[in-house]
Amino acid sequence: MTDDARADFGCSPTMIHGDMSRRRLLGATAAVGASGLLLPVAARAASKPPTRPTGHMTIGFSQEPTVFNPLMPHIEVDQGVHWNLFSPLWLANEKGELVPQLAAEVPTIANGGISKDGLSWRVKLRPGVKWHDGQPFSASDVKFSFDLLNNPKFRAWSRGGYELMRDIKVESPTEITWTMAKPYAPMISILCWTFMVPEHILGKAADPNTSPFNQAPVGTGAFMWKQRVPGDHITLEANPHYFGTGPYLQEIVFKYIPDLTVMFTQFQTGAIDYIGLQGITADHYAQAKKLKDRTVVVGPAPFVESIMMNLSKPQFKDQVVREALYYGMDNKTIVEQIYYGLPKLTSSYLPTQSWAYNPHVAPHVYDPAKAKSILDAAGWKPGSGGIREKNGVRLSFQNSTTAGNHVREQAQQLLQQNWQDIGVEMKIKNMPPAVIWGDYFNMSHYDTVMVGEDFMTGPDPDVSQFFLSAAIPAKGGAGQNTMEYTNPVVDKLLQEGASTFDHTTRQKDYWKAAELIRHDLPLLAIFQYATIEGTKKNLMGYAPSVYVSTNTWNVNTWYWAT
Amino acid sequence: MIRFLLRRLAQSLLLLWLVSVIGFAVLHLAPGGPLAEFTLIPGMTTAQLKLIAHQMGLDRPLPVQYWEWFRRMLVGNWGRSYRDSQPVLDVIASHLGPTLELMVSSTIIAILLGTWVGVLGAIRRYSVFDYLATVGAMIALSIPTFWFGLVVIYIFSVELAWLPAGNLYTIGNGSFVDYAVHLISPSIVLALVTIAIWSRYLRASMLEVVNQDYIRTARAKGMPERTILFRHTIRNALLPMITIAGLQLPTLLSGALVTETVFTWPGMGRLFLDSIGYRDYPVVMGILMFSAVLVLLGNLIADLLYAAADPRIRLD
Repeated sequence: MTDDARADFGCSPTMIHGDMSRRRLLGATAAVGASGLLLPVAARAASKPPTRPTGHMTIGFSQEPTVFNPLMPHIEVDQGVHWNLFSPLWLANEKGELVPQLAAEVPTIANGGISKDGLSWRVKLRPGVKWHDGQPFSASDVKFSFDLLNNPKFRAWSRGGYELMRDIKVESPTEITWTMAKPYAPMISILCWTFMVPEHILGKAADPNTSPFNQAPVGTGAFMWKQRVPGDHITLEANPHYFGTGPYLQEIVFKYIPDLTVMFTQFQTGAIDYIGLQGITADHYAQAKKLKDRTVVVGPAPFVESIMMNLSKPQFKDQVVREALYYGMDNKTIVEQIYYGLPKLTSSYLPTQSWAYNPHVAPHVYDPAKAKSILDAAGWKPGSGGIREKNGVRLSFQNSTTAGNHVREQAQQLLQQNWQDIGVEMKIKNMPPAVIWGDYFNMSHYDTVMVGEDFMTGPDPDVSQFFLSAAIPAKGGAGQNTMEYTNPVVDKLLQEGASTFDHTTRQKDYWKAAELIRHDLPLLAIFQYATIEGTKKNLMGYAPSVYVSTNTWNVNTWYWAT
Repeated sequence: MIRFLLRRLAQSLLLLWLVSVIGFAVLHLAPGGPLAEFTLIPGMTTAQLKLIAHQMGLDRPLPVQYWEWFRRMLVGNWGRSYRDSQPVLDVIASHLGPTLELMVSSTIIAILLGTWVGVLGAIRRYSVFDYLATVGAMIALSIPTFWFGLVVIYIFSVELAWLPAGNLYTIGNGSFVDYAVHLISPSIVLALVTIAIWSRYLRASMLEVVNQDYIRTARAKGMPERTILFRHTIRNALLPMITIAGLQLPTLLSGALVTETVFTWPGMGRLFLDSIGYRDYPVVMGILMFSAVLVLLGNLIADLLYAAADPRIRLD
């Protein structure tokens, strides 16, 4: 995730308990709408999408979308726009089910789309799809998109998974095949977030990094590019030739409102119809719930707030220290007092909604007495100033997070107090995002950071990039294991989990890995984030999901109830 | 006159060059960098980061980077923004319009009201009005703009629903009236401080002029008070204000960060903040050079106007 998102997620947390309750919650709000006083009950009850695109809707984002080539490095809000301009081969809906988009069906081993060894892939495409400029979409566009991601001259968003693709072949305009260098199960999920770009435009660009396409994108999505006013908003209009459901709105506007309080005010006054990323701050939640003609939804987000430790530092080499630190943290108070009781406590790095989430992993327990006793037993004795030490190593370290995030700063101060009680010294040193999330984080220069992170690979529960010993950037690895965590058994489990398509085996591997990581504690999980977002009451179709980074993934089905 | 202009031009160019060197050095030596945005992308590898750094030219020695930037800037190629890959001059131009709109309207309000308050405060010195104006100016100067802006939005947009809660215009409307209505709150909020400053300066300047011999002479020869006020007092009192106005020019175009944020106004101030946050070096350098030119230009214009307004001043 991005620096700014990391910063802002601290202000906009919450959480609810799983898919069922979320759907129930959504159902409940729809029912409230149906009995609303503003519109005749009959009209609401009979409300269904219009037969042709009608009306417009303004979406508020607190960061500005600026990258419109979906294959180039981008952040969540950019992706929020991409979902509407472009299409992936398939997507994961809010229930986690894969739904074909540009593909005619999702390939599986059962339907023969993927060979038994997981190496050969065959994807049949939906016929008759057209780009926004009227040109036909075909398998060569898919090949072009994959090739572009692997083009060394192209500034690709990510090559993870694509670099394993070999012999990409266009079998017919509606069929493409390729071979994987090794079986890689997360590929199916990675493709959920890979939007196809047009060969007939980008293929002719002298340099795809600076092509005019990047500011006047042409896709196959439900909405077409209309206008961008830099620093202010982006307007898209309905694509009359969209292959899928809808669109039901004639125009959608992504409005950039950099301050969260101001964004909330604009939601109150009705200047924006949907308050999206980073949503409503926790301190505004009570007020938001009381707003007339607004639906405020506490939805799940895939981000987990934790203290990440740099295990290469001498203070953190001993597992007992990490365990004691975890016992010493009063997470419940953090959630209840600082985050208004909205997020859900967790001891895992995976969102509870994921199929790979292990519900049996030991929950976090706040027990300072136990923390002290295990430290005593392990020989960490109080030294000068009451700070524990052993063999010349003092239990004193720095904690950093994005400067200016007041909510996180309060949590830091509470932890500082908590740990002081067990004889551990934590110094707070916060930095601007462009500083902390650069080399300082990536090259493991930190002691500890407080961060909200999505550990998954797209919607797939593969967490290899954070926990594999080969994923340590400071040691030249590809990935984000900045904690420098190494456990050969976890390595084996994660590798096996990623290389088999057998759901049961994968789940078993990931459950076991979760237990081991819970024991090793390279990170001290606090809570799973969620989003507090809201729409005008008569705006239908909003469905928050942990399988996307922004909830504008299905705007094609949104409409105004009449 | 020509000699004066040439001398000023030479000085200005030297200054601009110095600003560019210092600005470039400080910007690049400050911790962090534009790559932070990329390091967090899932699956990003160190090798890939190196490649991006290379493509962005960030792996070259700093003097080389500076020379490349400087060489291109001279021929009008100010580079491309890292954030949206648009040419820097286009990025600046697209934010200049909204800023200009806001600044012109708030300046008009500020000058009109500021002059009125200042003049009236001076000619009715120690009156109730003068005391109120003094206290009002102190309050206006000490109110945080962010808070004041939110209060204005709360009262006039949320509670009374008379005015929009910010934004340049209603998307999809864009008529003149719509633009004008959206300008009201931010212009007033922004003007408040300027009114305070302007009225205080003008009051002081007026008080100095009313005690001058020529005013006494005018009064002695029986000139009506009104004529004295308009022909002699205000005209002379406005002279030092030219310098203040000249110094105001750069702030006019470099935007009002806080007001622009509160009222979601896509102007230069916010562009600068966003670009600094992202370490969007080309845009930050562009804004820096642009502002430096404005400062120099503002000073030059003030000097020229001063000479034109006051025959005693010779520029050579």
